[in-house]
Amino acid sequence: MKIIIGQGSCGIATGAKKTAAEFEKQIHDRSLDIPVGLTGCVGTCYLEPIVDIYDDDNHLTRYVKVQPQDVTNIMDSHFSCQLGKDSSHCITRLDEEVIEKQKRVVLRNCGLINPEDITEYIALGGYQAMNKVLSEMTPADVIEEMKISGLRGRGGAGFPTWFKWNAALTSPGNEKYMVCNADEGDPGAFMDRSVLEGDPHSLIEGMIIGGYAIGANQGVIYCRAEYPLAIHRLEVAMEQAREKGYLGKNIVDSGFDFELRIKAGAGAFVCGEETALIASLEGERGMPRLKPPFPASKGYWQKPTNINNVETFANVPWIIMNGGAAFGAMGTEKSKGTKVFALAGKIKKGGLVEVPMGMTLREIIYDIGGGIKNDREFKAVQMGGPSGGCIPASLIDTPVDYENIGKIGAIVGSGGMIVMDETTCMVDMARYFLDFTRKESCGKCNYCRIGTKRMLEFWRELLKGTGKMETSSYWKSWRKRLRMAPCVVWDKPHPIRC
Amino acid sequence: MSDFQELAPVLGKYGKVPGSLITILQKAQDIYGYLSKETIEYIAQATGIKPAKIYGVATFYAQFRQEPIGKYLIMMCKGTACHVNGADLIEEAVTEHLGIKDGETTEDGIFTLNNVACLGCCSLAPVMMVKSMEGDETYGNLTKDTVKAILDEIRCRNQEVQAV
Repeated sequence: MKIIIGQGSCGIATGAKKTAAEFEKQIHDRSLDIPVGLTGCVGTCYLEPIVDIYDDDNHLTRYVKVQPQDVTNIMDSHFSCQLGKDSSHCITRLDEEVIEKQKRVVLRNCGLINPEDITEYIALGGYQAMNKVLSEMTPADVIEEMKISGLRGRGGAGFPTWFKWNAALTSPGNEKYMVCNADEGDPGAFMDRSVLEGDPHSLIEGMIIGGYAIGANQGVIYCRAEYPLAIHRLEVAMEQAREKGYLGKNIVDSGFDFELRIKAGAGAFVCGEETALIASLEGERGMPRLKPPFPASKGYWQKPTNINNVETFANVPWIIMNGGAAFGAMGTEKSKGTKVFALAGKIKKGGLVEVPMGMTLREIIYDIGGGIKNDREFKAVQMGGPSGGCIPASLIDTPVDYENIGKIGAIVGSGGMIVMDETTCMVDMARYFLDFTRKESCGKCNYCRIGTKRMLEFWRELLKGTGKMETSSYWKSWRKRLRMAPCVVWDKPHPIRC
Repeated sequence: MSDFQELAPVLGKYGKVPGSLITILQKAQDIYGYLSKETIEYIAQATGIKPAKIYGVATFYAQFRQEPIGKYLIMMCKGTACHVNGADLIEEAVTEHLGIKDGETTEDGIFTLNNVACLGCCSLAPVMMVKSMEGDETYGNLTKDTVKAILDEIRCRNQEVQAV
């Protein structure tokens, strides 16, 4: 028997630590011997704090929205057979379906294992993919498997992962780097945070496999400083992996060395762009530079470097164990596999959902997300962060994959989905994104440095009711110029396209 | 803090490692709470990096501060989900209650208000994080009333500690 309490950032924010402390106290007071453990984000954030009680026969009862004052009732009813379970906090069938309707690859272990205990990851098949790769496969085999899987970068651009890995592998040089972009800068996106907090070993294992595939012996995780818990859990996980011999010299006697370290970002949206990220890793201002040369030939310290997102790496061990074909069987023809989305905003059941690519927005928002808060009218969903776009209600039946979302003028991006209802003002949203882009402009190019400010002034005027038609053509000219900017972050400022 | 003794182990470890400037600045800010002109000059001397360059890096990233902060740093999330769910109203409530705007510190030196891009707790929007020596505490599903109650509770706790 054991009690597991979800303690990702969202769980802790709703009081999971206090709930856990209350369980421990009551177990002690009642002289029981039941371990109280922790797990990462379960995904159904709207139900936090979530408490899972496993009976001796491993039967799971899930209690939701458990505050310290609810603990007595749950303990009384759960542990005395006569009373029956405290149904007021038991998860409902409808809420269970939220998870059952998903297909979990990236989030396969999130909410199941203790992220601070490597043995739990290993017990669920962890590090077997690494063993397989290091003992049976050549780097070319690994890249071939990635090619079969059709996995595309989950950070936003959707570039085929195998292609990037192959470019880094074939790039001349002995010293290469594998970098993980954990600088989840899109406001409204928290998929990576959940993986980092809930299943950090899947990222580490993915990076070891990737490092082997491109011939890199060093890896760096660039993690944003706003995620202190993620950094802490990564540090714990890396230490445990090192003790087991999965990081360091001669990993599991394969002759392959791989060192990994964390670099904490310092808060700059533009550092999600890979050349800016590299500049930041080198201790500089995080300003992008023109490409080519691409990082695959000249990256970190001018050495061949490959950069992937957290979610991309977390897919890798699954692909190796289940085969690229199994991954490719999910999703659509050109957008394979599953994708994690962060549902937030005016949504009833906010949280993380992982679904096969190609599911429609309606299915995600209504069938899984439960629809709009207070049953209001759906107005739009914002996808892809500040470089993405707002998709109006008329396009709600659009399948979510790279091609279809791109066709209607937005991007899948990293996976943030902010739902807006009839009370949301779209002019204010455009103002919000311009305010964001103005603040986060690195200032290198004048298109962006001046353009975002001028455009913001225009939208502010509109909101005040003092906007003029003449200024709209002025605004449009800036918009055009901004799209000439060399930096990929701003080359598609969709939310301000109109 | 004039002799910067506390920085010695940090500079010993990272001072000569290329690309460590951000890490050094982060550690220095952890120690002193902010990056003063003197701190920047000291780091410049110790590492051989020009003060202008250090200043350039320190002002580029949102995390670095050039002014001292209060005992409790309120990080008000202004991410998209929080914006849609009324983060501006929550910020107004804090400004009204404490008399400080974004970037300012209360006269008693207890609170500093800072707007941040996104804390990644979007499903609990609107959200804020309060950072202090006691640790980081995140508060979700804020309303005008709950945010005031949270701030009052912190202030009360703080006064009790001082009284003891």
